[in-house]
Amino acid sequence: MLKLEIERLPDARGYFGPYGGRFVPETLITPLQELEEAYCQAKEDAAFWEEYRGLLRDYVGRPTPVTFAARLTDACGGAQIWLKREDLAHTGAHKINNALGQALLAKRMGKTRLIAETGAGQHGVAVATAAALLGLGCTIYMGCEDMRRQGPNVLRMRLLGAEVRPVDAGSQTLKDAINEALRDWAFTVRHSHYLLGSALGPHPYPMMVRDFQRVIGEEARAQMLAQAGRLPDTLIACVGGGSNAIGLFHAFLEDPVEMVGVEAGGMDIAGGRHAARFADPLRGRVGILHGVKTYVLQDAQGQILNTHSISAGLDYPAVGPEHALLHDVGRVRYTHVSDREALGAFRALARLEGILPALESAHALAEAMRLAAERPAEHIILVNLSGRGDKDLDTVTQALQEERGA
Amino acid sequence: MKEDITAAKQGVRAVADAFRRAGAEGRTAFITYLTMGYPARDAALELVPALEAGGADIIELGVPFSDPVADGPAIQRASYQALQAGMTPALCLEQVAQLRQAGIQAPLLLMGYYNPIYHYGPQEYVRDCRRAGADGLIVPDLPLEEADGLVEACRREALAMVFLVAPTTGMDRLQEIAQRSTGFLYLVSRLGTTGADAGFDAGELRRRLELVRRLSPVPVAVGFGVSTAEQARALAGLADGVIVGSAVVERAMQGPAALREFAAGLRAALRK
Repeated sequence: MLKLEIERLPDARGYFGPYGGRFVPETLITPLQELEEAYCQAKEDAAFWEEYRGLLRDYVGRPTPVTFAARLTDACGGAQIWLKREDLAHTGAHKINNALGQALLAKRMGKTRLIAETGAGQHGVAVATAAALLGLGCTIYMGCEDMRRQGPNVLRMRLLGAEVRPVDAGSQTLKDAINEALRDWAFTVRHSHYLLGSALGPHPYPMMVRDFQRVIGEEARAQMLAQAGRLPDTLIACVGGGSNAIGLFHAFLEDPVEMVGVEAGGMDIAGGRHAARFADPLRGRVGILHGVKTYVLQDAQGQILNTHSISAGLDYPAVGPEHALLHDVGRVRYTHVSDREALGAFRALARLEGILPALESAHALAEAMRLAAERPAEHIILVNLSGRGDKDLDTVTQALQEERGA
Repeated sequence: MKEDITAAKQGVRAVADAFRRAGAEGRTAFITYLTMGYPARDAALELVPALEAGGADIIELGVPFSDPVADGPAIQRASYQALQAGMTPALCLEQVAQLRQAGIQAPLLLMGYYNPIYHYGPQEYVRDCRRAGADGLIVPDLPLEEADGLVEACRREALAMVFLVAPTTGMDRLQEIAQRSTGFLYLVSRLGTTGADAGFDAGELRRRLELVRRLSPVPVAVGFGVSTAEQARALAGLADGVIVGSAVVERAMQGPAALREFAAGLRAALRK
């Protein structure tokens, strides 16, 4: 497939090659068609983008900087490591880019309430923030296990005026929160907008979320040309659903730039305690989950498997459909990083650069450190530092204690 | 009920006959639902005969899935427990075959989400459904746009492929779905998921039913939120069929005799 063709996807039916589509109960079909129509109209409306970009600049604080990580680079002893600082966006992660875009769209459609799922809580905080800013109601679904391990974000959402509803079904993580959010939407679709947080789910979400996150790569591309005098050689981003990764990659698809997506390797691949859809051919196969055809971790009967990752934001069994295509055509290389390696990267960035990364972003960092050691000094690696790590202090502290004890 | 002609029919024709027979007897067809594998792995082998004895005209059999997004708490819980008990799509088909061997006459429709079917292989799944003695499929997360393969497979095997229309479905789309649905058309009574906790607005539903029945070449059955004999009675005569699902699943634990009695009450309420 030609590069140009990939950039123009999805097609009219919401497909990225064989992946994508719209597999949802009939109740949600017409609302999704209306959403697609509203988004396509807004996309052509200069006033909509002006308002959106104005918020990104004056409220979110964009553009977020690109930082050269000098001491981390020295420590790795090879290629240069640069960071796209999405952790410095308002609310502490890239999620706000999409939340504000969709919230503006929801308001334009006359919706008065936002529904969202959240794993790490970063998307939930971003949606609660957008709802507060625009005067919309807000309900966030979050798995009980995630509420436990991302406590600070639960408090943050509640302070922002959102109702946080615990989900105790299944593995009590992101997958189950999405199920509940979809069910809520089926009841409340006339006045509520479902603000999905990653580049997955039924069409038009993968396209729309990507478009709202594309600003990451557009900025980074210009910043690298200005600061380093050239494009980076390698881009690295973590991939749960894949919104921060597609946001970074999309603006570079036609450039001669290597791209690496990092999945959560969890505790071990062979035993199935991970969330690496591309790394486990036994369990990660094409299937349908949450409205989209893509790679899904499932058992021999097509039941969806529980996943494991130290990072709540990557702890999800399906990957965005555009990543599935980029994987198959070989444009992006997908790899995985274990819980332990991510923790190591977390500590390294804290001590060497004075930055606490989100555990999600620490996965991308770990791969960058591994790769940097193998590449020459003139090689430039740009890592998407998709969020900050304050939310992870409990998890990290506990894990480090266990490591010491073990 | 057990004349030879009926017994020999399978698939679309068996479903059509069930509606015809109910109509001829002055009743709105009574359609019910069970999650296979709940409350025990082999429970359907006892509960389906009870539902038939209680007067169910058509029985939907839920093939459990790990993430049933169209379902409310009752069916979610039942699906989860069924999977814990080791229920699989292949085992569901095996139990359908056993039910047929045991003499069950009512049309049996397998209701299940698309991923396990996709995984099984849509062609193979439909073929094995027919071989087991099932009469059709309902796939709640497979909209018309994605259903070509399964529709074609069902047509080849002469099985019913029942589509749903929702309160949000507009006129053009409604007509298109009604044209494609075989066996009957499943009218979702209200917004939301399955379950008895939310009822429906009878006035609005009455208007909707009149419209949909005018447009549909196949019988129209209404479901979602119908849990009591009173609710069923209010719909008798307005629809060709009434579907009671979650309320039956909630009683599955009480055993076959209780289920038979509950079914008999619903059937009686559907006399026009």
